[in-house]
Amino acid sequence: MSDTILETEGMTKEFRGFVAVSDVRLQVKRGTIHGLIGPNGAGKTTCFNLLTKFLPVTRGKISYEGRDITNLKPADIARLGLVRSFQISAVFPHLTVLENVRLALQRARGNSFDFWRPESLLKQYDSRAMELLEDVGLTGYARHNAGELPYGRKRALEIATTLALEPTMMLLDEPTAGMTHDDVDRIVTLVKRVAAGRTVLLVEHNLKVVEGLCDTITVLARGAVLAQGDYATVSRNPEVQAAYLGTDPGIAGSTQHG
Amino acid sequence: MAEGSIATASPGAPPATDEATFFGFTRPQAAAFLALVVIVLASPFVVYPFFLMKLLCFALFACAFNLLIGYVGLLSFGHAAYFGMGAYVSGYAAKAWGVTPEVAILLGAATGALLGIPFGWLAIRRTGIYFAMITLALAQMVYFFCVQAPFTGGEDGIQAIPRGHLFGIFDLSSDFAMYWVVAGVFLGGFLLIHRVVHSPFGQVLKAIRDNEPRAISLGYRTDDYKLMAFVLSAGLAGLAGAVKALAMRIATLTDVLWTMSGEVVLMSLVGGLGTIFGPVAGAAAIVTMQTYLAEFGAWVLVIQGVIFIAAVLAFRRGIVGEIGNLLRVKL
Ligand SMILES: Nc1ncnc2c1ncn2[C@@H]1O[C@H](COP(=O)(O)OP(=O)(O)OP(=O)(O)O)[C@@H](O)[C@H]1O
Ligand SMILES: [Mg+2]
Repeated sequence: MSDTILETEGMTKEFRGFVAVSDVRLQVKRGTIHGLIGPNGAGKTTCFNLLTKFLPVTRGKISYEGRDITNLKPADIARLGLVRSFQISAVFPHLTVLENVRLALQRARGNSFDFWRPESLLKQYDSRAMELLEDVGLTGYARHNAGELPYGRKRALEIATTLALEPTMMLLDEPTAGMTHDDVDRIVTLVKRVAAGRTVLLVEHNLKVVEGLCDTITVLARGAVLAQGDYATVSRNPEVQAAYLGTDPGIAGSTQHG
Repeated sequence: MAEGSIATASPGAPPATDEATFFGFTRPQAAAFLALVVIVLASPFVVYPFFLMKLLCFALFACAFNLLIGYVGLLSFGHAAYFGMGAYVSGYAAKAWGVTPEVAILLGAATGALLGIPFGWLAIRRTGIYFAMITLALAQMVYFFCVQAPFTGGEDGIQAIPRGHLFGIFDLSSDFAMYWVVAGVFLGGFLLIHRVVHSPFGQVLKAIRDNEPRAISLGYRTDDYKLMAFVLSAGLAGLAGAVKALAMRIATLTDVLWTMSGEVVLMSLVGGLGTIFGPVAGAAAIVTMQTYLAEFGAWVLVIQGVIFIAAVLAFRRGIVGEIGNLLRVKL
């Protein structure tokens, strides 16, 4: 097994002439938590969309586990064990919390095309689903509709659903965005725990979170890679400081103190 | 925060459960279904079976259509193609080849499903109005094919279709005998659709309707599921058309005309989209209206139009949707 699990070369995305992601070279080491940070509009979410094939690249090559995945379909990327979350929380609002998790288990274990069999067949996944819900502290919500959950718990449900697929690598897009302080702490602990034995690529604005979690950090600005390295190296980089200063002095401040 | 689990605050009372009682029906649905069965069994002793057969065929057609709009969120404006081709093929097979009615009906249903494969494949790549336009355009092609093809009998259609003997044994020439076949197919089709909605497959459909990108990110090839739903819906529409051809003993261009596609939209809307019983109620309302207002001639269309507008403006949930809302149950 190679040391690098995900690698891009010259990854570029243009939207009608506007370059959102420019010649990005990314190397994510197996078993690490890799941070992808940058000011608003830097192209982080677009990178996720490219890596998971939700958008086609304009140029460049993406390989995962030594295999060229540049031209695969998004569902097939997920089947390779590379599973993403979304910046805006993504649950199935009209399904119950339990059904949300079961849906992932059902995909991984089969019988999703059985239109002639009863729904009760899915009860076989209940015990595993409840384990996963317990892991993220959602046991008491199992029978609630996912749409009724408070925001922080929706994100926890997303992580439980993603974990149900037992992914090799998880891409998390701002898992703590819009959360209260307590919720942030919980998610950080959760991410740390689920990252054991997996690789995580994490987009995050909260630099405290990044500092606490990430082994390596890539900084994007205007679609291009500005710096790469561990937190100390990156935060000392004057270009990075300038990029953050230009948009959000609050973040720049915390960068300097990091 | 030992073990790093998210602290469990009290989630509040769990919501009212609608646990399934039998065959995936909730209690109110089971009660409504029993009532439906009783009505279907008793009504031919009170009402003309010929009229009831028409009603049940359209009810099944509307249920098939609703599978797509109500549970996948795709509005087909070309379901007449599957209904009409089902009618032509079963009528032709019964008349020209003299096959038994069950074979004719199966051929009609298969025609709908087979036609649904390429049409569905083309249409599901789009959503919303584009999906509706593509289905309409494809259905128009089928219509022109039917106008030209010799086997459809052109303007005359296929008339005096023999109903034959079920399994070669039971004579279906009386309306009363044929009614039980129609009733059986209707109830069977209705239960099948209910099962599809409440199956592992149906669960994925709900997820896709709720949040397609998330379903994809979990590894679901969502187009495959949509296509499967499309083919099932087209096959059931073909089934409804096939039975209709034998019951009414006629298959004509009206069955494949775009107005037929519109009528089934109307039935589902009036009855209540995404409810299991809605399309049945909607079909009953529209067919009854057409039959008893027939003497008003062209005014039927106007009256239908008014009802349609009223339904859209005042009863957005449709007949069954509004009743369910009043009783606070899902029907
Ligand atoms: N589908 C699209 N069409 C056109 N432009 C797009 C599209 N998606 C993103 N962009 C543009 O690409 C740039 C990068 O957007 P992206 O969402 O990747 O940023 P981001 O780094 O995730 O920002 P944020 O921190 O706000 O989430 C933005 O200027 C955005 O407007
Ligand atoms: Mg983003």
